[in-house]
Amino acid sequence: MNVINNKWIGQSTIRPDGADKVTGRASYSADTTMPGMIWGKVLRSPHAHARIVSIDTSRAEALPGVKAVVTHKDIVDFPLDKSVMLGIQDMRWMCRNVMAREKALFHGHPIAAVAAMSERIAAEACRLIEVEYEVLPHVIEIEDAIKPDAPILHDFVSFEGRPSNIAGKLEHKLGEVEAGFAAADVVIERSFTTRPVHQGYIEPHSCLVSVVDGKATIWSSSQGQFMVRAMTSLLTGIPQSDIRAIPAEIGGGFGGKTIIYLEPVATILAKKTGRPVKMVMSREEVMRATGPTSGSMSTVKIGAKKDGTIVAAQGTFYLQAGGLPGSPIRGAAGCAFAPYNIPNVLSTGFDVVSNRSKVAAYRAPGAPIGAYAVECVLDEVAEALKMDPLALRLKNAARQGTKAAHGPVYPVIGFVETIEAAMAHPHSQAPLGKHQGRGVASGFWFNAGGESSAQVNVTEDGNVVVTTGHPDIGGSRASIANITAELLGIDYKRVSVLIGDTATIGYSNLTGGSRVLFASAMVVTQSTEKVIKTLCERAAKIWKIDPEAVVWEDGEAKPAGENAGKFPGLSLAQIAAKASETGGPIGAGVQQNTQGAEGGFATHVCDVEVDVDLGIVRVLRYTSFQDVGRAVHPAYVEGQMQGGAAQGIGWALSEEYLYDKNGKVDNASFLDYRMPVCSDLPMLDAVMIEVPNPKHPQGVRGVGEVPLVPPLAAVANAVANALGKRFYSLPMSPPRVLEVLDGA
Amino acid sequence: MTEIRYIAPTTLDEAVGAYAAAAGAARILAGGTDLLVQMRSGAAQPGTIIDIKKIAETTSIQETPEGGFVIGAAVSGAVLAEHPRLGQAWPGVLEAINLIGSTQVQGRASAGGNLCNGSPAGDSVPAMVAAGAVVNLQGPNGRRTMPVEAFPAGPGRTNLAPGEILVSFTLPPRPKGSGDAYLRMIPRTEMDIAVVGVGVSLTLENGTVTAARVGLGAVAPTVLLVEDAAKALIGSKLEDAALEAAAAACSAACKPINDKRGTIAYRIKVAGVLLKRAVAIAAERAGRN
Repeated sequence: MNVINNKWIGQSTIRPDGADKVTGRASYSADTTMPGMIWGKVLRSPHAHARIVSIDTSRAEALPGVKAVVTHKDIVDFPLDKSVMLGIQDMRWMCRNVMAREKALFHGHPIAAVAAMSERIAAEACRLIEVEYEVLPHVIEIEDAIKPDAPILHDFVSFEGRPSNIAGKLEHKLGEVEAGFAAADVVIERSFTTRPVHQGYIEPHSCLVSVVDGKATIWSSSQGQFMVRAMTSLLTGIPQSDIRAIPAEIGGGFGGKTIIYLEPVATILAKKTGRPVKMVMSREEVMRATGPTSGSMSTVKIGAKKDGTIVAAQGTFYLQAGGLPGSPIRGAAGCAFAPYNIPNVLSTGFDVVSNRSKVAAYRAPGAPIGAYAVECVLDEVAEALKMDPLALRLKNAARQGTKAAHGPVYPVIGFVETIEAAMAHPHSQAPLGKHQGRGVASGFWFNAGGESSAQVNVTEDGNVVVTTGHPDIGGSRASIANITAELLGIDYKRVSVLIGDTATIGYSNLTGGSRVLFASAMVVTQSTEKVIKTLCERAAKIWKIDPEAVVWEDGEAKPAGENAGKFPGLSLAQIAAKASETGGPIGAGVQQNTQGAEGGFATHVCDVEVDVDLGIVRVLRYTSFQDVGRAVHPAYVEGQMQGGAAQGIGWALSEEYLYDKNGKVDNASFLDYRMPVCSDLPMLDAVMIEVPNPKHPQGVRGVGEVPLVPPLAAVANAVANALGKRFYSLPMSPPRVLEVLDGA
Repeated sequence: MTEIRYIAPTTLDEAVGAYAAAAGAARILAGGTDLLVQMRSGAAQPGTIIDIKKIAETTSIQETPEGGFVIGAAVSGAVLAEHPRLGQAWPGVLEAINLIGSTQVQGRASAGGNLCNGSPAGDSVPAMVAAGAVVNLQGPNGRRTMPVEAFPAGPGRTNLAPGEILVSFTLPPRPKGSGDAYLRMIPRTEMDIAVVGVGVSLTLENGTVTAARVGLGAVAPTVLLVEDAAKALIGSKLEDAALEAAAAACSAACKPINDKRGTIAYRIKVAGVLLKRAVAIAAERAGRN
């Protein structure tokens, strides 16, 4: 399929959800209502760290209008001594995150939930629940959490034989770093910190659950209806076959909706009351109790020869997990040095618990943290060697055959192409003014394949309906329609792509890991090929010739071989009209654990200007260069690249959680948690480079996550270039910028 | 469940009567861009809401025979922006009011509400202070006036007497050679709250400052009138030394706190920086008038 004369692949076709979303017609989970519906509310911990001595719900239950109360006793317990994994989530931690068991681990941790006739009654009932806490000393920051005398969150966690807040360690090793550094002419070692940042989806978590005759139906907004089903099943004890999870349109996820918070609670409330129960988080609840990504503390050391050859690299990355283990150390330690061909690498990640909300995935989880430290040190290496920073990266760039420290030997990859494109682009040569600077940075993300299911059906009137199992958070419906139209040789508008619920389509893994188009295009392609084969067979039947002598071309079955030209071609509509007479309905489905997803690489160039009196950094120009494999729907791919850059700029300059002395988030709103607004950013340019993935029918590589990997360092390097001073912690907010400037 | 009573009187007397009768259980509703948010968050639970948008005096803009303006407390920012002469005479006041909230919020938000909210970071307040605006109040004991800078009592508190309603602002006539400006520091470019706000009003004759007022916001429990900064500017030709002295006076006047929006050191420094920048804009505008 990878030819440039494709008719639909490579077209920015009109997105199926566009008009719905801009007119407000799109139906999100909070828009769902049912007759007899009641409301659920969560009582949350007012303490950052406390033992739960007792919970008395009797006064709440006595309040008129209250229908049910749940506590941790109603949630299936997963004992601490046995790990039960669902994807990357350990159910021991999930059950404790959904409802605190032994301890409240962060301010905002759910303690109990109430279902009542109205939201107000439910909220009032929450206030009537009497919880006795034994308040414990809390710890928020990594540097405090790893001190020997730090308050320990979990008795069951130990590190190097002692009780600890370090809940895990991961190491990637290649060669011998010490020998490598000994051979280097220049060695630079620096330490960095970043703050936790939230995914910032506009739509708060919400769900509506109805349980009738023991069978649950869940309408919710998530990045995986099958994940919702599986986790709800595990946490409630209801078998998966009795849970139907219906995905709503989603108002942003960015990884944050790959876990659940409300669904099992609402399911139990609905089961107890016999009424549909709706739960909707406020923005404040989202900011206090749902996963941001980790804050971090890292040290990176890189050694290079005079000619720029990197001979050794070492990184140590401490990542915040929140109150329960499970930070993305694999992304930080694994991706940090992955863009480069370095013979000696030691990359270590530490998972650190503290009294914050449990982290959740955020686009390329952990990778931006690793890349920030590595790409900033690389900039200093380039400076020390008087080399152009892009030339240094090009010299050491990973290529086909490079062995990466996290394991693989790379197949065909397009990293070099991104650097060369950046070097050749006018942006890299554009003049800079006073207090302006330019920075570059690169990045890598693994990308994923995994389980997907698809069904392609021909309608009786000769059009096509494709059903897949992935919530569409980045253009999968339009892209799948492009591919199906291309394969069938029909107009894009004749293909409808729908997202099935857990009862109507086979198991499909999460929308995450930049996997959806890679995986669903594979199963849709195979399904469509089966449909085409059937269409040819039906035409052969009509013509009474051998099916092998029929080909599918330009949206028609045509006789081929010795029969070529004997009959006029039969269109999809003509064959569909005779489907019943020729053997029945036409359609095909394929379910597969897809393999062959290959990594994604990007290089970003950023210009900033600093108001040196106010400490404000403004991004003037930003260009992303990314190997996108094959841009099936270019406008969506550009959107992914722009979105990642925008989020990374926010991470670099303005976003951070602020805690008060009691361990409570002090800025739990979009007013004071400062994500960039439109006017903060220039138009973000996206340059797509297509180095097709040879293991995919359309050459697809995941494109959704790597755009967030380079920006932190690209912005930081630009600020350093503008000011001649380096910042080693994010965000580079105005007060911090002035502090550093005035410290001169 | 508590019931909320909503009334929308058409005269001030009626409004004052209802407000006084509610004995503290009522809240005045102008645009509602603060009140409704407070009610939703549970911070305000009024028994009665008195909407003053049906009262002519609180919703109109009058020009005085001397060339001043009387602006109703409930006039929205968007309506003020459409006035043919207000923005020429008081561009700084107008730009400050128009910075409150988004375009949608501008259709409702008023200078009166901004002042009554009592926030030290209210954008319109330093500009009003610099303009020498006077507020007209009406209560059970009749009518009185006070300078804008005397109105706030602390974060979230005002010097309104019980039962008293803010009716309007009076902006004085503008001598020739006058200009004003308002600048604020926010980390973002919009949709944010001032970390520091500076309002400056100047009158110049042949390049010499003959009158100046400086209002400073978000750096103390209330918006401040910085008389020392004005003194440093009056009589000067805005030489560097005068600007530095005025900036230093602004920094010296700051009594800020460390909070999630800014540090003490940052606010003190930025107050001086913004003073200089606001003076430059006000002087440029004065040169055109």
